[in-house]
Amino acid sequence: MNAFVTIIHRDLLLVMRRKSEVLTALFFFVVVTSLFPLGIGADAALLRKIAPGVLWVAALLSTLLGLQRMFAADYADGALEQLILTPQSLVLLVSGKVAAHWLVSGLPLVILAPIIGIQFDLDASSLYVLMASLLLGTPVLSLLGSIGAALTLGVRGGSVLMSLLIMPLYIPVLIFGAGAVYANSVGLDITGHFSLLGALLILALAFVPWVSAAALKIAIE
Amino acid sequence: MTTTISATSSQSNDVLQALALTCVRGERQLFHALDLEVKSGECLHVRGANGVGKTSLLRLLTGLSKPESGDVLWNHHSIQEDPKQYHRELLFLGHRDALKEDLTALENLEMYAALDGISITSEQALASLWRFGLRGREELPVHYLSAGQKRRVLMARMAIRQAKLWILDEPFNALDVDAVQALQNLIAEHLRLGGLVVFTSHQEIVLPQMRVLEL
Amino acid sequence: MSKVNNFSTTNSHWINWFKWSSPSTFYPVAGKLIPVFWILTAIFGIAGLWVSFFVAPVDAVQGQGYRIIFVHVPVSWMSMLIYLVMAAWAGIGLIFNTRLSSMMAQALAPIGAWMAFLSLWTGAFWGKPMWGTWWVWDARLTSELILLFLYLGFIALQASIENPRRADKAGAILALVGAVNVPIIYFSVKWWNTLHQGASVSLTKAPAMAQTMLWGMLLMVLCFWMYTIAVSLMRVRTLILEREAHSDWVRQLNEVKQ
Repeated sequence: MNAFVTIIHRDLLLVMRRKSEVLTALFFFVVVTSLFPLGIGADAALLRKIAPGVLWVAALLSTLLGLQRMFAADYADGALEQLILTPQSLVLLVSGKVAAHWLVSGLPLVILAPIIGIQFDLDASSLYVLMASLLLGTPVLSLLGSIGAALTLGVRGGSVLMSLLIMPLYIPVLIFGAGAVYANSVGLDITGHFSLLGALLILALAFVPWVSAAALKIAIE
Repeated sequence: MTTTISATSSQSNDVLQALALTCVRGERQLFHALDLEVKSGECLHVRGANGVGKTSLLRLLTGLSKPESGDVLWNHHSIQEDPKQYHRELLFLGHRDALKEDLTALENLEMYAALDGISITSEQALASLWRFGLRGREELPVHYLSAGQKRRVLMARMAIRQAKLWILDEPFNALDVDAVQALQNLIAEHLRLGGLVVFTSHQEIVLPQMRVLEL
Repeated sequence: MSKVNNFSTTNSHWINWFKWSSPSTFYPVAGKLIPVFWILTAIFGIAGLWVSFFVAPVDAVQGQGYRIIFVHVPVSWMSMLIYLVMAAWAGIGLIFNTRLSSMMAQALAPIGAWMAFLSLWTGAFWGKPMWGTWWVWDARLTSELILLFLYLGFIALQASIENPRRADKAGAILALVGAVNVPIIYFSVKWWNTLHQGASVSLTKAPAMAQTMLWGMLLMVLCFWMYTIAVSLMRVRTLILEREAHSDWVRQLNEVKQ
């Protein structure tokens, strides 16, 4: 448990010393969402309709941008080998790194999204549902992303390849997450969506760190 | 000397063995059916031309790579059986420093100690850094240090780590004469306390109980 | 080879199993089997096409054009089946560290991708006369598209990693993760489809099929299955030659000596 906290502390400290990478991804989220009204037109009704999808897709893309960071730096300077060679469980360390990634990439999205949502003329209840769906969904994005990041470590063209590998896996999260916000806006029941998001989160928490640890060991061989 | 609280004694009987190791990288077979044995207090210098497989051999010994065939045994048990136990007793230094450039030397030491399961106080960590000539540089981010100074931080880590088996890949690279001497002394002390060392180096190093393996 | 030693004291079944997993033993066997499967492909293909075109009745609503489902449905099934088989072979290669299993997965991937693409293409040709559009966001078609992406991802990952063993193992993890996710993705796409009131006419809501239509489809499935085995065996043999090029038995082959 101590190792889990240590690795999160280490990763957060490293992010604090070099904030630009993280801020860039968040800035990307803001910019991309602003492009849609510019491209489609400022019709409030239309914006309200596309908002769930646009915000969720932008959150997805922003997460993808920041995923390389998870393992690439440690791989490049040899720290990843040291992490594998510690007496700690690699699964625990990977979980810690994913948690740190989420704290820095996912949680800010949860906080930023309602602000952007206002730009799309979403009402208060939709904003709450949006935040809640992102709160459950972004950890899943970080978790699934760790698999792609681990598989493509050190591979040429890795970040684009990683995005292509992970996107099909992201689709269920996108469907349930954006679907929840949409359903709420037309007055449908959202408990189904949230149960499914929750189920995805539990499944991901249970299995993904183990898979990513295996992928890391393969990458380092 | 006060910072090293070594648990090993010169009576320990640890042994590292490799049996019939075969290593294939890509299409080439680097070495075939290699045997080696290193006992407590012994030191193995792996030599050979560039690309002959020295680093590959060391990585096989750590368990980072798996051999095409053959086994690596620590105290007569395969290292695959209980990797965590093996990792507790192993310290590996590869080509790259594995120091986080944005963290200070002190933070790096404390972070690795926490991950390695070693509990040390800040004073002990500082003392270790000072022992290797880094007084005044403990609070600098590592990217301000020279290559030789970074290696000294690694020496501080080695001193704290209390591992029985040291596997070092080119540890004498980028070190000035004083640092080479300091590292040699550190290794000699480790051997005296019953530790084991396997290392590669292009330079001529003299250490007690040293055997040479030419690949 | 230490694997063979480990099992030699137990059931003799194990030795034979791992013997077949050696590329040098498998190569000539595969070579002999390939013509067999091509013949089977031709037999089932001719039978299937005959049933599709001459025996199955004309559809009241869709006319002759509907006959494309005799390619579309079998090819869709095959694309999903191949993915599972590919993931299984890759998984075996990962767990037992056998190179041949991983090569089999690598051989199957392009065939599966091709089947998925054909499924989408024939789906479009079927849909156009029906609804006037080339594409519709039907749950099945969308899932098929995502399956194609999964195939392409697997192929791209293996192509990007230089070390063949690392490519095998990384691909295996990706294929297994994909296989686990396919039901989840399919379910979520169906959910999405119903939520957003998708097209009321769906490719899956085909009218009750005449017995002969099912027979036609079954024969075509068998045809494509035999085709898949034949082509994958050919591809595996090529992969074996490529990856084992440095070994003695390959250099001694007649094909290579020329």
